[in-house]
Amino acid sequence: MNVVAPFEGIGASVRRKEDFRFLQGRGAYTDDFNRQGQLHAWILRSPHAHARIRAVDTAKAAAMPGVVAVFTGADMARDNVGGLPCGWQIHNKDGSPMAEPPHPVLAQEKVRHVGDPVAVAIAATREQARDAAEAIVVDYEVLPAAATMEAAQKPGAPVIHDGVPNNLCYDWHIGDKAAVDAAFAGAKHVVTLDLVNNRLIPNAMEPRAALGEYDRTTGEYTLTTTSQNPHVIRLLMGANVLHIPESKLRVVAPDVGGGFGSKIYHYAEEAIVTWAAGKLARPVKWTADRSESFMSDAHGRDHVSHAELALDGNGKILGLRVSTQANMGAYLSTFAPCVPTYLYATLLAGVYTTPVIYCEVKAVFTNTVPVDAYRGAGRPEATFLLERLMDVAAQETGIDRIELRRRNFIPTDAFPYQTPVALQYDSGNYHATLDQALAAADWAGFEARRAEAAKRGKLRGIGCSTYLEACGIAPSAVVGSLGARAGLYEVGTIRVHPTGSVTVLTGAHSHGQGHETTFAQLVADKLGVPVAQVDIVHGDTAKVPFGMGTYGSRSLAVGGSAMMKAMDKIIAKGKRIAAHLMEASVDDIEFDRGTFRVAGTDRTKSLVDISVAAYVPHNYPIEELEPGLEETAFYDPKNFTYPGGCHIAEVEIDPETGKVAVVNFTAVDDVGRVINPMIVEGQVQGGVAQGIGQALLESCVYDANGQLLSGSMMDYTMPRADDLPPVGVATHTTLCTHNPLGVKGCGEVGAIGSPPAVINAVVDALRDYGVRTLDMPATPAKIWQIINGGRRMAAE
Amino acid sequence: MPQVTLTVNGQSHTAEVEGRTLLVELLREKLRLTGTHVGCDTSQCGACVVHVNGESVKSCTTLAVMCDGASVTTIEGLAKPDGTLHPMQEAFREYHALQCGFCTPGMVMSAIDLVQKNPQGLTEQQIREGLEGNLCRCTGYHNIVKAIAAAAEVMHGRRSEIARAAE
Repeated sequence: MNVVAPFEGIGASVRRKEDFRFLQGRGAYTDDFNRQGQLHAWILRSPHAHARIRAVDTAKAAAMPGVVAVFTGADMARDNVGGLPCGWQIHNKDGSPMAEPPHPVLAQEKVRHVGDPVAVAIAATREQARDAAEAIVVDYEVLPAAATMEAAQKPGAPVIHDGVPNNLCYDWHIGDKAAVDAAFAGAKHVVTLDLVNNRLIPNAMEPRAALGEYDRTTGEYTLTTTSQNPHVIRLLMGANVLHIPESKLRVVAPDVGGGFGSKIYHYAEEAIVTWAAGKLARPVKWTADRSESFMSDAHGRDHVSHAELALDGNGKILGLRVSTQANMGAYLSTFAPCVPTYLYATLLAGVYTTPVIYCEVKAVFTNTVPVDAYRGAGRPEATFLLERLMDVAAQETGIDRIELRRRNFIPTDAFPYQTPVALQYDSGNYHATLDQALAAADWAGFEARRAEAAKRGKLRGIGCSTYLEACGIAPSAVVGSLGARAGLYEVGTIRVHPTGSVTVLTGAHSHGQGHETTFAQLVADKLGVPVAQVDIVHGDTAKVPFGMGTYGSRSLAVGGSAMMKAMDKIIAKGKRIAAHLMEASVDDIEFDRGTFRVAGTDRTKSLVDISVAAYVPHNYPIEELEPGLEETAFYDPKNFTYPGGCHIAEVEIDPETGKVAVVNFTAVDDVGRVINPMIVEGQVQGGVAQGIGQALLESCVYDANGQLLSGSMMDYTMPRADDLPPVGVATHTTLCTHNPLGVKGCGEVGAIGSPPAVINAVVDALRDYGVRTLDMPATPAKIWQIINGGRRMAAE
Repeated sequence: MPQVTLTVNGQSHTAEVEGRTLLVELLREKLRLTGTHVGCDTSQCGACVVHVNGESVKSCTTLAVMCDGASVTTIEGLAKPDGTLHPMQEAFREYHALQCGFCTPGMVMSAIDLVQKNPQGLTEQQIREGLEGNLCRCTGYHNIVKAIAAAAEVMHGRRSEIARAAE
């Protein structure tokens, strides 16, 4: 009989199963695979932000040693290869659909950003392919580029796509404008703020890679790729780009070295290697250099916003009005249009009872890398706007910033709570997370620390953010009505083997989240099978029935729920088998962690007894029940989940250098039920690191001609160990009310709550210098100028 | 093509390489030791760190021909033949110092060298500064720092086993 040690179930910090292979160099990432007869691809990319391709001469390259083929966009067009599809359609204010220009796999006629793929050289070795790609001669007619949203919207701006006037992708809005205008007309205070949410480059540590194969015997294609959602890639690439039926296309996402959103999307290189493998009937592998990652992985954020908050004399919020411009880059990446709309504007109520909200969003094409979801996706932008606005409002109304937040919190007894921007929150306790964070960060004792720092010549500040996000995406019918071209359920299969071990097939994908452990804990908890006997299979369309993948903190809330549903079916079937074996009524069978019992008796059967009977059905209700013990469930969530909490940053600024040090960081998050506290803590710490990176270090910079200046890890500031403080993480749980586990999701909270906490702390530290607003990243140069500019002004 | 003979994880190998072949390419492509990773092209990320004659080096900026006669240890060579993990590997697991695992081999190899060079012990700040050459995008480094501190105690015999002390 399997007896589960209690520490392996829900709530236990089980050490990760996957670590053994990662720690011994036995992980299997895409670039680690090598096939018999494999060729290597090197992509020639545009050095120009905007240019017309007059001619491409591949003759010299094709004749170089080891070269098997050189392909251009014209070759793909001849094979009727489609463009990269967009998975979400937004509608304009007037109801017309957004502009959706073609996104060729290899450039056709024009290039639209530095890094746009132009041609591919395929050779016996990677070096030969690279040498050949460098020998391809492209005759470009360089065109003026629009590197910023401002430049793209000026009269006479370069036309990036024919038929897209003003480079405007869409002009969308949400909320009741008239009601908001009325609220502002009656307000005692109106607080306005202009904000830039800086463009980021995700930089998962594993560069993207793709390996295409074609089986001449079966006519099947296999793509091994660095993806967060292999089934979605199969669907998009098979149906839209290469016209291969799902039955002939297998997509494998093996171990993947981080994603943070950037590996959700269907990328050109995946289609290139799959198509080329078919054409050449040989495996073709491509692996990005980091330099290529910088100019070809989808970037994140990049919003410019104007926000206005109306308050009454008591600091109660009456209304919020926001106008945002969102950079789409040169093409629409897979989910780009939904990020600044349904993942952003719908979050603008935050944790507050703001009765009316109006937000308009203009999405703009520019000659830059496409922008899409990056850890948090829209929710960090909304949170940064709100939480900066709250601090400025506190300053301008003279109400303490914590008190102002408390006065506007959605009351703990007000759930379910309907916001004016579509979402209905199921649960939360914002006072509790705030209280817990204030205590943990010793907010009350801060002024003494500020005074002590001042004696050392340092400027010390403290800042908080009380945030909320929507994740666990998403109810299919809801997102469908909002423009999603996919359902967002998840699939789980529980396969109980004859001798009682369990294989779980899940459509969620782990690229660092520890699913192999957390999901096994669910099985341990519910079926009583030890974690060591539970194997999680993910990332292979040939093994897993279907799935929508991992993003939007959905793996546990949606994927875990599917597994719970499948386990319910296993238990239901097991009860019928147990009833037969113990000659009892099905209604009398109870199940608890691996044991079926006739209620009120000591008659029991273990899960192993049942699985043996199911696969060796000698004594079995064969007339009523099929043999075997395997069940699949599709789970479509009823609502988003709504994690929230409070982040507090404490910073110290060296006025001589302008350098900001985060000296203390406290995160108290309500992520719903916690399955593995150790993993949750790790997820929050990692998210906070990226949030601090955005606030202080990271920024994607283009020059006016659209050249990427921050194009390497020597130019783009990745947070290093000595840039970051120890992060204190705690949780406060209110359960999600609509999924079987009560879980909300923890993958993104760190990156959502932290940036405004850090900037609020920096502004607080600089309070003697008259700083009202500060754009991220708060670099030493910016801070030094504030401090020294202030001194000069004081002297004048 | 030049020939190099080197010992990797205790085994002698001879391989023909181009002059431009990097140590990491020799390890990954010729010897199929894919535990050592390439995360960047500017020697910034440290995913490729291995030990050459006991010193940590970035194998992405070391030519294979420079390693003729050298003894190389990679992540695959750390655990004992019976599967017992090196204390640093054990500490990374115990303290949840890895998530996606991609930076981990380089991080572990750097950490071992850092600890070996500092038998007197390391402060938290010294560990953070010692990781200057290694990037991790998943963990925020917090648990990596804790794991290295714990492993250092065991490697220098001040503690007998890796275990979470005060929790």
